[in-house]
Amino acid sequence: MSDDKEYWLDKPNNNRKLIIGVVIICAGLLIAEFFYEKHAHFAVEHWFGFYGFYGFIVFIGIVLIGKELRKVLMRKEDYYDE
Amino acid sequence: MMNEYLFSPGLILIVGAVLVPILPLVLRRAYLLLLPVLAFWYILGLEPGDVQTIAFMGYHLEPLRVDKLALVWGYVFSLAAFLGVLFALHQDDPVQEISALVYAGSGISAVFAGDLISLFVFWELTAVSSVFLIWASRNEQAYRAGMRYLIIQIGSGVILLAGILFWFSDTGSLAFNAIGIETLAGKLIFLAFGIKCAFPLLHNWLQDSYPQATPTGTVILSAFTTKLAVYALARGYAGTEVLIYIGAVMTAFPILFAVIENNLRKVLAYSLNNQLGFMVVGIGIGTPLALDGTAAHAFSHILYKALLFMSMGAVLHRTGTAKASELGGLYKSMPFTATFCTIGAMSISAFPLFSGFISKSMILTAAAGDGHWVIWGVLVMASAGVMEHSGIKIPYFTFFAHDSGKRPKEAPLNMLLAMGITAFLCIFIGVFPEYLYAILPYPVDFVPYTTEHVITQLQLLMFSILAFIVLIKTKLYPDEIPSTNLDFDWLYRRLLPKFIRNAGTKISIADQHIREMFLLMVSRIMATTKRLNGMDGIVAKTSSIGSMASYAVGLLAIFLVLYFIT
Repeated sequence: MSDDKEYWLDKPNNNRKLIIGVVIICAGLLIAEFFYEKHAHFAVEHWFGFYGFYGFIVFIGIVLIGKELRKVLMRKEDYYDE
Repeated sequence: MMNEYLFSPGLILIVGAVLVPILPLVLRRAYLLLLPVLAFWYILGLEPGDVQTIAFMGYHLEPLRVDKLALVWGYVFSLAAFLGVLFALHQDDPVQEISALVYAGSGISAVFAGDLISLFVFWELTAVSSVFLIWASRNEQAYRAGMRYLIIQIGSGVILLAGILFWFSDTGSLAFNAIGIETLAGKLIFLAFGIKCAFPLLHNWLQDSYPQATPTGTVILSAFTTKLAVYALARGYAGTEVLIYIGAVMTAFPILFAVIENNLRKVLAYSLNNQLGFMVVGIGIGTPLALDGTAAHAFSHILYKALLFMSMGAVLHRTGTAKASELGGLYKSMPFTATFCTIGAMSISAFPLFSGFISKSMILTAAAGDGHWVIWGVLVMASAGVMEHSGIKIPYFTFFAHDSGKRPKEAPLNMLLAMGITAFLCIFIGVFPEYLYAILPYPVDFVPYTTEHVITQLQLLMFSILAFIVLIKTKLYPDEIPSTNLDFDWLYRRLLPKFIRNAGTKISIADQHIREMFLLMVSRIMATTKRLNGMDGIVAKTSSIGSMASYAVGLLAIFLVLYFIT
């Protein structure tokens, strides 16, 4: 079914461009913190880049914990089919 | 307004379904689209305060009671019914069509029920009608999953009925208003709502059954049952503190299962569970802002969740699979579906300018404003989790990632239309939240688009994407593996049957022993009786008159001897 047409995302170079784009946006979002006043509910929200770092750490934590859970929970696909 | 001509709007779909089997295909398709439009139009004309009361066996029932809370659900349910029907329009399957109409109609009627008996009737009707969307897959697995679904759903209804009876005997009222968990009746009704709302440990019917339904059936299923439960909780248990903690657990634990699940429709079912958690937290907080947040989130959630299930349904329809391990690179031949799926993913992840952003933030702000910092922390964490499984995993592994080599045709036109309209609504609500805010139960004094809020939310989401890139590049991200992951349903699908089988074997052995002993006893009694009363038995012996006389003489002789001795 495959075709030979090359798509934009097929080029590794363009993949790299996308990743660099994400990094630039993240950096921009951190820099943006200097330009507005925070009205946070909790003290931690005043920490520099709190949401960014919290999101980053939590995301990696969720994936790695999920991966560990596989050791306990994963069974064959037809586990319930007798 | 009290008007004898008013009736419950869901009846338009329920009664309307009667004609479906007799209409020819082309006419039927138009008719299927018309019914939800009529229901929507009729609900638009309803005003808070409208009621319909009927006397039934001496009780006053209110099949229609209109207020702002019910209206939010009425609008979005009829909208979802239309979109669901449109998405399924390429099919020619009257069973699914009738099922979808009756199910959607009973969902709509349930939210307009002013008394508990009407609620119970439509509550059970949603269960009975919807199971056909699962069975319509017409295979053994779907049949079994449907049976489990039906047992649990009907069970919820039976518990509800028990609660209603206690409630009526306690209070003498059947009106469906605030209930509270203080009384036994309140606890039973709470449990019934909790089952349908997929509370933790009561949740597995959802992940078990929804992925087994037809590609179009899951879209319909995702809209009604659980959101009806959210509505019922908001009406009966607003401000019940335990809901805050239940909701927080609901947002958190499904995200771990979603990470490792390979069946993408099951991932969406876990994600649905997680989204319900946000709404349940809002109900638990119970302030006007929190309840508005719950209603708004239910509204936007029904749309983006339907959109995500539609995109996976379209992929399943075209490729025959919804497993991440078998998909990838589909954007090349299904660009529209890929775009719509991405819009759904951005909505559920709550990107600014998408619907999830303007509704979820109300609940988070309400939680923070109430000082629940742990809960707030969990909800923000769960938001990153949503980004992981619904924001990235669903579109990435289906449409991008490694190329599976599959080049299916783009989805049928009706599917594209349904996805297009839903995607449009997701963006429209995100860009113009004031229209949604205007229909919420309480006046809204909330501004979603502040610089701080937009920046912090984008930080959370973009850094999550960055984390994903890091995990992929370092190859730490878990591979998609064809597998079954054990969840709580293991208890009733494996442990309990095994236990019952074991117990059954033991009981049958014991039973056999008892029977054997009994038979032995009976045969001994029989033998003894036979010995005594049988042909040659002492008791049954026939004797001659002569010998009888000699017996009598003998007895007399003994008597005389004894007489003289004493």
